[in-house]
Amino acid sequence: MSGPRYPLLIAALSALVAVLFLASLLTGPAGIGAGQSLAALFGGGDGTLALIMRELRLPRAILGLLVGAALGMSGAVLQGFLRNPLAEPGLIGTSASAALGAVLAIQTGLSAAFPLGLPLAALAGAALSVLLVLALAGPRGGTLALILAGIAISALAGAGTSLVLNLSSNPFAANEIVFWMMGSLADRSMLHVWIAAPFMGLGFAVLWPTRQALQALTLGEDAAASSGVHLGRLRLMLVAGIAALIGSATAVAGTVGFVGLVVPHVLRRAVGASPARLVPAAALGGAATVLAADIAVRLIAPGRDLKLGVLTALVGAPFFLHLILKTRREGL
Amino acid sequence: MVGRLGLAACLLAGLALPGFLQPAAADPPRRVLSMNLCTDQLAMLLAAPGQLVSVSYLARDPTASAMAEEAARLPVNHGLAEEIVLMRPDLVLAGGWTASGTIRLLQRLDVPVEVFPVETDIAGIRANIRRMGDVLGREAAAEALLARFDADLARLADASPAPRPRAALYAVNGYSSGSATLAGQIVALAGFDNVADELGLPAGGVLALETLLLSDPDLLVEGRRYPGHARGQEVLDHPALKALTAGRPAEVMADPDWVCGTPFILRAVAQLRAARLALRGAR
Repeated sequence: MSGPRYPLLIAALSALVAVLFLASLLTGPAGIGAGQSLAALFGGGDGTLALIMRELRLPRAILGLLVGAALGMSGAVLQGFLRNPLAEPGLIGTSASAALGAVLAIQTGLSAAFPLGLPLAALAGAALSVLLVLALAGPRGGTLALILAGIAISALAGAGTSLVLNLSSNPFAANEIVFWMMGSLADRSMLHVWIAAPFMGLGFAVLWPTRQALQALTLGEDAAASSGVHLGRLRLMLVAGIAALIGSATAVAGTVGFVGLVVPHVLRRAVGASPARLVPAAALGGAATVLAADIAVRLIAPGRDLKLGVLTALVGAPFFLHLILKTRREGL
Repeated sequence: MVGRLGLAACLLAGLALPGFLQPAAADPPRRVLSMNLCTDQLAMLLAAPGQLVSVSYLARDPTASAMAEEAARLPVNHGLAEEIVLMRPDLVLAGGWTASGTIRLLQRLDVPVEVFPVETDIAGIRANIRRMGDVLGREAAAEALLARFDADLARLADASPAPRPRAALYAVNGYSSGSATLAGQIVALAGFDNVADELGLPAGGVLALETLLLSDPDLLVEGRRYPGHARGQEVLDHPALKALTAGRPAEVMADPDWVCGTPFILRAVAQLRAARLALRGAR
């Protein structure tokens, strides 16, 4: 991979994210013209149009960007650390555990009493599951152990979520199982942005410096250790960063699967298989993917609240099968 | 063996004598069990003392039932075939939403089941009241209830001068209902046009908050909040919805008066009619 192509890739991905962010702002059932919408967003006034742009469309676009970046970056870091292309927050049960934490916070009334309780509980669930997977799958992250541990944790957390929602005294709580399993950005407010953004920022800040260590890890653990990588500290940063990103993303948008799997894989060749370069590229790619999926659910079934995870799974699951076949052929 | 032959003989006799298969026509049922919130209330309004042996557990819930006090005096069931059979009813009343598997099972166990369709308008309510009177053998009580219902309805149904003000129903999960639903009929009877009809949701459906804001209704009728917590309820507290209702009238749907097609819907009609009159006074 030659030097100038990488900055070009990052610039192209950034431009794509910017275009999709704008498109997300301009997509909605209201069918307002682009100029009028942007005038209402940036200009003064407190009419209905400004309300729609500032309180509905803007938080939705911001959350699409943040959630996508969190999923893409987590996938790239996990795959780099475990040196396994099948590692992904959705598949290893992190998202499902974060959802369980969030559901517990909502059902116990913690999130109503204390808004930050929601992302904190989701974060705790996510951290617990990452620790569990790392312990079960071992430092090398063997494919079979990783996937089996992920399936077990996902199933357990999913069952816990269903149990809590079924026991709720609220007649609508059980419906919410779909949201927690499939994810959606419909009718979010700025409040959701405010409770997710600080943790997302923390997660990005913690995972960003792991790039060099991930790069060193491609040579093996011993070589990495001899070049000054502290594996214990790296593991701690990874758990904290991924828990912060996936915890806060799941708390506000539910489980959006496969983004962390597909995006790093698609971009890996373009960055010359370098884990260090993959991390920022996957964050941008993830943001573009979730923004595009969120635009698509609004265009395909307006007014139906089609879940985001439905779209990402429809694209991602065949991709996952393809990866499994490829992994088997390569005898990993 | 003898018992089975006897049963067969009885069945044959029954086929030969149509009257034998319809004891309700001659002899009113003595042990009636209702397993649906709406048939619970119609039956409690019409049944003879002692005729109704059990109602559904929902009938005791004051947040869902308009007759919770009356229901507290009756044993309750949870709509399970086993407990219903053990109560030995000679007639079971079910609603359109009752699980069809349970109904089929009861019928196979030779328990007569009367299924009352879901009422979506005044004609449906009147038909169900009359039918409840027929199956309980309480035709006179049903006619009296209908006469009272019609008189109360006539008192509330003063024509609203055009253009009628516009109302929007907005419940948990952003669900709205149009004129093909009972809630929509209540809105129409109270003299409002329904935003859900304008937006092509006569039978009800999810209304994006954005669409609701743009429709700019004169009156917002919010769904009630339920105990416990649910994400779907958050939409009722969305800052954008709060901004819409600021400085505008908003009513809350109290389930007992809104969910079942009983004469109690007239309380909801009166509630919205009062809101309409206040709206006109404010202009």
